[in-house]
Amino acid sequence: MSSLLTMAIILAAILGGAYVFRFAGQKITNNAPMFRDMGYGVAFGYVLAAALLIWAIWYYFQPLETDAGMKNAGVQFFRWAVQGFIIAAIAAFLFRLFGQFVGTAGTRKLFRSMPLTASFGILVILLYAIVAIFAGAIAPYGQAEILGAANVTAGGDPALGGNPEYPLGTDQIGRDILSRLIYGAQNTVGIAFVTTCLAFFIGGSLGFLAATLQGWLDQLLSRSVDVLMAIPSLIFALLLMTIASVWAVELGVPLTIFMVLIIAVIDSTRVYRLARAVGLNIVVMDYIEAAKLRGEGLGYLVFKEILPNAMAPLLAEFGLRFCFVFLTIAALSFLGVGIQPPLADWGTMVRDLAPFINFAAFAPTAAITPLLAAGAIALLTVAVNFVVDWMLHKSSGLKE
Amino acid sequence: MSNLLTIRGLKIEGRSDETWNPIINGVDLNLKKGEVLGLIGESGAGKSTIGLAAMGYTRDGVRISDGTVEFDGIDLVRASAAVKRGLLGKRIAYVAQSAAASFNPAHKIIDQHTEAPVQHGVDNRASSIEDGIELYRKLRLPNPDEIGFRYPHQVSGGQLQRAMTAMAMSCRPDLIIFDEPTTALDVTTQIEVLASIREIVEEFDTAAIYITHDLAVVAQMADTIKVLLRGDEVEEADTRTMLSAPKEDYTKSLWAVRAFERPAKPAVSTGAVPVVSVRNVTAAYGTTDVLHDVSFDIHAGRTVAVVGESGSGKSTTARCITGLLPPRIGEIAFDGEVLPADYRKRSKDQLRQAQMIYQMADTALNPRKTIGQIIGRPVQFYGGLTGSARRARVDELLEQIELEPSQYFNRLPSELSGGQKQRVGIARALAAEPKFIICDEVTSALDQLVAEGILRLLGDLQDKLGLSYMFITHDLATVKAIADEVVVMKDGKVIEQGPKLDMFTPPHHAYTDLLLSSVPEMDPDWLTNLLQERGVDNIGDAAVDKM
Repeated sequence: MSSLLTMAIILAAILGGAYVFRFAGQKITNNAPMFRDMGYGVAFGYVLAAALLIWAIWYYFQPLETDAGMKNAGVQFFRWAVQGFIIAAIAAFLFRLFGQFVGTAGTRKLFRSMPLTASFGILVILLYAIVAIFAGAIAPYGQAEILGAANVTAGGDPALGGNPEYPLGTDQIGRDILSRLIYGAQNTVGIAFVTTCLAFFIGGSLGFLAATLQGWLDQLLSRSVDVLMAIPSLIFALLLMTIASVWAVELGVPLTIFMVLIIAVIDSTRVYRLARAVGLNIVVMDYIEAAKLRGEGLGYLVFKEILPNAMAPLLAEFGLRFCFVFLTIAALSFLGVGIQPPLADWGTMVRDLAPFINFAAFAPTAAITPLLAAGAIALLTVAVNFVVDWMLHKSSGLKE
Repeated sequence: MSNLLTIRGLKIEGRSDETWNPIINGVDLNLKKGEVLGLIGESGAGKSTIGLAAMGYTRDGVRISDGTVEFDGIDLVRASAAVKRGLLGKRIAYVAQSAAASFNPAHKIIDQHTEAPVQHGVDNRASSIEDGIELYRKLRLPNPDEIGFRYPHQVSGGQLQRAMTAMAMSCRPDLIIFDEPTTALDVTTQIEVLASIREIVEEFDTAAIYITHDLAVVAQMADTIKVLLRGDEVEEADTRTMLSAPKEDYTKSLWAVRAFERPAKPAVSTGAVPVVSVRNVTAAYGTTDVLHDVSFDIHAGRTVAVVGESGSGKSTTARCITGLLPPRIGEIAFDGEVLPADYRKRSKDQLRQAQMIYQMADTALNPRKTIGQIIGRPVQFYGGLTGSARRARVDELLEQIELEPSQYFNRLPSELSGGQKQRVGIARALAAEPKFIICDEVTSALDQLVAEGILRLLGDLQDKLGLSYMFITHDLATVKAIADEVVVMKDGKVIEQGPKLDMFTPPHHAYTDLLLSSVPEMDPDWLTNLLQERGVDNIGDAAVDKM
């Protein structure tokens, strides 16, 4: 009850504070337009943000251990998050600065008008790409290598069950987690990339074809897509994967190939929808009519006239779709039908290492083990979305 | 009498490429109560920007950097949002170019009409509705008692524009800004709107700023005219002085556009085979016939202007000729030879011979291709030229349309002005080396001076290359300038056709007469005289309906 009361008092204080803030602002700045035309909601927003900032600073400097001697994991994680945020911002800033002076005239101009979020996104994507491509050279151990000691905790502190040779610890059968994280980039991201490309090839070309030809072909394709889209995608994928796991054994084809195909087909329905909608807007343009009247063939129409104009929305969709595919693979792997052991995969790692989270109260460093793989997924998703947002903003021609 | 609106040294800047660029460089403006000021200029002159600034408003990414806008003693540039909220809609109203786009399609017209009076506390809803109906009657809308209770899409464009004027009048404002209110309308519809706007502004003694690019229109509406060019005032004078004795060269050049006319050509020798022959074409969209038994010929080296209002079937006829819409009955012959009805069945050479230039150069050129690619494609596709031969041909075409090849070859359409884009559209048609070109309203989206340049270019090309044109237009000034023969269409039928000279001298078909008499002239008394001559109920749609 008292906590509810505290909440109410805080809320009332902010509500009152907003009024005082606006009034004081008007008086001090002698009715400058900013304060004069400020709505109450905006003033409330400013005061709320200030209150949150003060709370965040206070919380950051709370002791790491409670009076009872327990570890205060919340404070520890919060500090890590804040530190990570600051480091990321600085890295993004430096990267953008770097981009402004290095590269072709075109990329330098691009970096000059780039928001910090986008440069952070590009930096993260680049790092992931490098890690994925050179995984074999970077990783200290092999992904399937069993190194003896199982369940070594992260942090490398022997007093807490760590081992400096395995800075992020080992998993339940003694494989180095750092190496598996690095190889996971290769497997999860690489497979997701291939799958997304395939989905775009199928969905994009069929979508443009339907938009250009229309008529019965459009009806046939669109209704088939409707049927596929009517089934919840994760359950559908799970069902197909179960069937495919039998075929994979019979045919001697790796299950991963089936997974790529299944996810690509399911996701291509979404791409089809977008490509058709975008394509329909383009085919009514006069330059398409001019090309048709010139006697151009279907291939020229689709690839030379329509595709270049659909690039912006398709690229943006590619970014988002990549995230979804990536999460689907992680989810399937978490459920046990995705990427199969001993291949390292982030989704599987989250599932396998989940019990470590129980250590949070005793050793926050040890508890991060399952969060590392989850964090790797989240970071890439956020980074891709930052870049997509930026590209959409650019292509829409909006002014800030 | 003191000024209602006084603008002093107004400077406005717009943000692009991370910097603020000037749009208006210090314009002064005075407006007394009951006075109408015409703002005139080409696109980019800053007419609309000044119109909005007169309400203390700027679009996103635009700011007033200097100067004052004083409305009845209140400085709108520095006024608080609350003060402006009390004025806008109540004492200052705005009528936008496209009423169809400005009305909210989800609400009935009368509900949008009553919003301002009720919000501002001027009137209650019931009496505001009554007042709205009264205004509709004054503006001579058909069925004034009932029309407000329709949704915007259930009302025609001209009626909607009048309903919008009524809405602006709902609080009896002191000042109304009309931003090109008739530009999107047909001539016969425009005249009705003009007549009603003028009447109601006079009746309520409202001051108005009338923004337009059409000199003849502004001559009917305004007491004084201010000419703008790229954010600067060129000159200002009362309407009669401005029309009869403009001082500045720029104003004179604007006035002179209407004088352009191509010399008449000798009559076609009898028995000559027409380049294009439209024979008894009836065409339908779905099951509804939109063209009825249309026939006309286009001879070598001639320009046939097809005239009519929106919905008359001009563009549909063009679609039949190009084969996009195969006619239900009838045929199209080219050089005496009947063409397959569907363009997909025509040979490459048949397709090459007939080219098209579009109204909107923005949508007619692929925005992702360079000028060189756009013009080079037909050169390669039809002529089979590649590499340096193709480049040489494209350069030659660019020179023909008076664009410097080295400068424009690698540009994208977005880096060209409207007139330059239209020239590229012409070059793309020429690249196919056709005999016949369909020009679909090619000048209606362009400023008058630019449009004149395009018309001259098309004329020169016709003389040089012996081209035949089918010129689709609703603008009779264009017809006068360029046509050899005229075809008047209405509701999918050919009403009248013949040589230009015959068409512009009486007697006419009644519809041709209406069309011709509805084109505004530069005489400030034209509208008054016309209304006296024809009577207020015998103009525009009302007159069309009687036919």
